[in-house]
Amino acid sequence: MTRQTLSRRLFLTRSAALGCSLAASPLMTPVTMASAPGENRLVVLILRGGLDGLDAVRPYGAPEFDSYRGRLLDTAVPGELDLDGFYALHPALAPLMPLWQAGELGFAHAVSTPYRDKRSHFDGQDILEAGTASLDRAPDRDGWLNRLLQGFPGAEAETAYAIGRSDMLLTRGKADVSNWSPDAALPLSPQAEKLLDMVMHDDPLFRDATAEAIALSQISLGLSADAVEGEDALDSSGMMGAMQDSMAGAGKKGGLDEIARFAAGRLREETRIAAWSVNGFDTHAAQSKRLPRALTDLSDTLLALREALGPVWEKTAVVAMTEFGRTARANGTGGTDHGTGGAMLFAGGALRGGRVVGDWPGLAEADLYDRRDLMPTRDVRAHAGWMMRQLFGLDTGLIERSVFPGVELGADPKLIL
Amino acid sequence: MSFDPERAAIRFGCGLSPRIAPPDSAEAMLSQLTGRDRAAEAFPVPGFQAVVAHYVAIRAARKAQKATRTEADLEAKLKARKKVERAMADDGSRWFANTMLRRALTEDGFRERLVAFWTDHFTAFDEGGPMRFSHVAYTEEAIRPHVAGRFADLLRASATHPIMLRFLDQARSAGPNSQATKRKDKIGGLNENLAREMLELHTLGVNGPYTQTDVRQLAELLTGLSYTMKAGFEFRPSLAEPGAETVLSVEYGGNKARLEDIYAAFEDLARHPATARHIARKLAVHFVSDGPDEGLVDAMAARYAETDGNLPEVYAAMLEHPAAWADQPGNIKQPVDFIGSSLRALDIVPRAMPAGKYGRTRKMFFTPLQLMGQDWGRPAGPDGWTESDAEWITPQRLSARLIWGMTMPYELRRALPDPRDFVETALGRRVPEEVRFAARAAETRAEGIGIVLSSPAFQRM
Repeated sequence: MTRQTLSRRLFLTRSAALGCSLAASPLMTPVTMASAPGENRLVVLILRGGLDGLDAVRPYGAPEFDSYRGRLLDTAVPGELDLDGFYALHPALAPLMPLWQAGELGFAHAVSTPYRDKRSHFDGQDILEAGTASLDRAPDRDGWLNRLLQGFPGAEAETAYAIGRSDMLLTRGKADVSNWSPDAALPLSPQAEKLLDMVMHDDPLFRDATAEAIALSQISLGLSADAVEGEDALDSSGMMGAMQDSMAGAGKKGGLDEIARFAAGRLREETRIAAWSVNGFDTHAAQSKRLPRALTDLSDTLLALREALGPVWEKTAVVAMTEFGRTARANGTGGTDHGTGGAMLFAGGALRGGRVVGDWPGLAEADLYDRRDLMPTRDVRAHAGWMMRQLFGLDTGLIERSVFPGVELGADPKLIL
Repeated sequence: MSFDPERAAIRFGCGLSPRIAPPDSAEAMLSQLTGRDRAAEAFPVPGFQAVVAHYVAIRAARKAQKATRTEADLEAKLKARKKVERAMADDGSRWFANTMLRRALTEDGFRERLVAFWTDHFTAFDEGGPMRFSHVAYTEEAIRPHVAGRFADLLRASATHPIMLRFLDQARSAGPNSQATKRKDKIGGLNENLAREMLELHTLGVNGPYTQTDVRQLAELLTGLSYTMKAGFEFRPSLAEPGAETVLSVEYGGNKARLEDIYAAFEDLARHPATARHIARKLAVHFVSDGPDEGLVDAMAARYAETDGNLPEVYAAMLEHPAAWADQPGNIKQPVDFIGSSLRALDIVPRAMPAGKYGRTRKMFFTPLQLMGQDWGRPAGPDGWTESDAEWITPQRLSARLIWGMTMPYELRRALPDPRDFVETALGRRVPEEVRFAARAAETRAEGIGIVLSSPAFQRM
């Protein structure tokens, strides 16, 4: 299908929903590729559950490291996983070593959101995705990626994608973000489409979601606009068959690889920003068994992205962040409990990688936060903010006021080439 | 607005049925709820021991396969292992079928909805593997018997059930000065998971008046709550932290570790005004509206406080309040509510469900539920499913609902009802004209049924 068809459909649904505020909508500005705000791409991965930064990027050079964890957790540091003589990579991230060597992978250590003390996943993730300094429970709260788009000249629905089966606060808000999972394609006959339009019409939530599902399905199903409206359109029995196929093919295990490839496909076109989650980082018990699974998912995601992006990888920056780090010491069940400071990951060809940035606070008990957690020495939002400034040329004032209200950007970590 | 039978069935029950009349008063709903649990008698599901039996069989088969030395033997052992794994999954499909049949055929729909609500409030489950259907047993034993009782009893039953003790890592948590820690067996320390979620999610709420110190103290108090596969729940004094603990300024225990001290803390947490408020609001949000009337919440919280958390009284306060019956567009049905009420409107017979057939159950229900955003029994975390309408109706999740509505009714019932009749049975007296028109104009029966089931009038409560 053509871009115009998608934009027109989305535009028509949105315009009905937006009403008089439309004049202020970024969608009013028609955009072509040439006037798009640049060629750089940003991928945001939310690592849910609280990644143990001290295990993913092991500060083996810290004298306390082994005594805090060695009895209950795997802390071995094979020579080939050494990063810089102080930090070493978790063995499950070994497939990423070539990226590190190529300068396409980096980390920031001892970082956190401004969230402190209650150590709740849900509040932690809310703050991480809202990008604010404190909790705001308003039901209409929006995410920082959405506010970034609002300050992004010429952004439209195609510019940003939230991908996967679960919705995220990160992309929620006024700016138009497409939300899609490649296995949700909806094949409809023209008659069924017309009748659905009719029954959904008076309920904006259903009307908008249906129109968007139909438009996005055409991409996922590889249908052209002609096929949708012309002679090759599905008839009723063809629709039922296609729906059954769609259900039968969906829901197979994993799906992270498929998501990365779908995202890469969109990023190679008009899309500039994509976001989704990788789960499974809440390792209260048997961490040496469970964390490798989640880290392998992360590493597979990055490798699939790199491969599927092809030449566009050079213009891409991936940032992976989590709601909080975990306790410095292992707990009684071979795991770690909710903590504070942790690590974030950067990858991509647009990156100045091959280094672990950050002020290392030390692991001596007096240096820990609350005598239990890695002390955060920098706000994750400062790193993400600088990345956005460099990728998209955003004004630092806009970042400090609107995208991440109250953030102190501080010195430029120069993460982007 | 006040009580309305159809609205009662849709908003507080499992939907309309062509066979079963909606309740005729709030009193009738409550008297059914506090009476015999007929749906559970008609469609039984087992408890923890049935889950353990599968676990034991699968573990033994895996062990036998590992120990095998010859090629021929390996083949046999693999087959044996597949067989027990299959038996577990097939049983899971039986438990699913009966859970949904309760919704489809009950006269006491409010009970099914409350069971789902409280299961979600006290979320606990096993991830994958041999115990992946353990949430069914948890619901049946820890939640279902108490939905018409005191909140404190629900709290105690959930916090002492093996599945919760596993899910929030309580079973192996040991006091730093406990005998177990001193002996330095594998168990070696405290785990805060259950204590934190108990304060944040189960009782006071995240804005409640507690600190990290309370979490820590409660975690120390809870040490000793454990289980064995054989016996189920077990209190193990060897794990317990010696000495007294202070939670929210109240001191518990001090001498010999006793289960009674833990139960005393449960009673106090259940009685706390922050808990009353948290529970009242959550019920109102779940049943009535994402942004509930404050008067409704106040009335429920007050009744909770007056009756020491006697839940039928709190439900009565909700059903008596005019805001509960308001004519606003209702909440969105969660995917299990959508499927359950579809089965009910379709008037399916019990043998239509693929009980005992895992593959077919996966295709017809488990995968569609995942695509709708609700992996059966397994939310993303201990905070359970979202109550936010907008999160359920995203393009991809709605897409999955539409596809299910268009394709699965035909799988369940070859002789589909006439869409022109179905639209009236499924929606009752409040059929929007455009849905009636679309049901008539559809090209096939399946499409007509699908459009009715997809309509906002059916998707909302």
